[in-house]
Amino acid sequence: MNLLLIQIVLIGVVLAIAGRLVFSRGVRTQAVRRLGLVGFAAFAVWSILFPSVWNSIAHLVGVGRGTDVVLYALVLAFLSFTLTSYMRFRELENRYTRLARRIALDEAAPPRDPVAEPASAPAPAPAPEVPAQEAATNDDA
Amino acid sequence: MNDNLVPGYDDVWLVVPLYNEAAVIAEVVRTARLTFPHVVCVDDGSSDDSAREAESAGAKVVRHPVNLGQGAALQTGFEYALSDPGMRCVVTFDADGQHQVDDVVVMVERLRRGDVQVVFGSRFLDERTKPSPLKRLVLRLAVAYTNATTKTRLTDAHNGLRVIDRRVVQQIHLTQDRMAHASELVAQIGSMQIDGHPVAYAEEPVHILYTDYSKAKGQSLWNSINILAELILR
Repeated sequence: MNLLLIQIVLIGVVLAIAGRLVFSRGVRTQAVRRLGLVGFAAFAVWSILFPSVWNSIAHLVGVGRGTDVVLYALVLAFLSFTLTSYMRFRELENRYTRLARRIALDEAAPPRDPVAEPASAPAPAPAPEVPAQEAATNDDA
Repeated sequence: MNDNLVPGYDDVWLVVPLYNEAAVIAEVVRTARLTFPHVVCVDDGSSDDSAREAESAGAKVVRHPVNLGQGAALQTGFEYALSDPGMRCVVTFDADGQHQVDDVVVMVERLRRGDVQVVFGSRFLDERTKPSPLKRLVLRLAVAYTNATTKTRLTDAHNGLRVIDRRVVQQIHLTQDRMAHASELVAQIGSMQIDGHPVAYAEEPVHILYTDYSKAKGQSLWNSINILAELILR
């Protein structure tokens, strides 16, 4: 099997996207994405002024026409977009869950009924209970 | 109510994720409360009478305002149980009646021996549970995956019956809202440290009753693919 340069490039980018999804996160990813976006915009302007640049790239990586390269790039961009959206959605879902959980716990009855435990434990005193609950809330934050 | 009937298990909380089980939940809670007085049902946005049935049977009910998933319900139940200073351990228990209270007693006693902080139930330590061959295969693959990707060595990672010590519960933060939470729970316990030591765990044989009811409600095996995807695309 003879791999064209374009095939190697495409497979490489797909793996990079998948890898990024699984491993990296945070500030650096965001910065890299923004740099990439700036680079992409610059290249877009360049290729509008000199459309033949796509054909040159096509020949360079072993593809017949520039339009095909554009198509491949589009497929990769779409894949990347799908996965990024999935991750953002997950993140959003987690926040939503925490919010809903907070509401559920706030509205729930206390775990132990404060009702008359006849004389065995004379008033566990409501006073210490309040700070305890506050402390628990702070732990969560 | 009869909260003081069995003082022996006053420090145990049963955490029961609850979603549309109105037909059976009252009986499940009532049976469990003969032994374990503290039961919290986390109603995960049921559209039927589940929450009211559970409450009438004496369970505490925490209501998710919307459906979030079983993993989210477990985490909510953990946090509710943690708000009781008298809680020493939680039991994760299914709402559909396939878990046996007798098994829980054995597991809690196992935990109380003090050398482990988590007791997992396992279907594969004896021959009482009879899953279908396909289900058995999928469960075996699932546990192989879990053992390969976590530091734990279990025979049945996707058993819903577990007893977990308070200090471990404090460190559990489930973010897999739907079905992948079982693997996530095992992974978190596997990499957890308490007082500088890894968490010790044990397995106890349990009997899962595959009744017609639970079979009809139980998750499709197709779900294992979804679980795998959710675990990989963390």
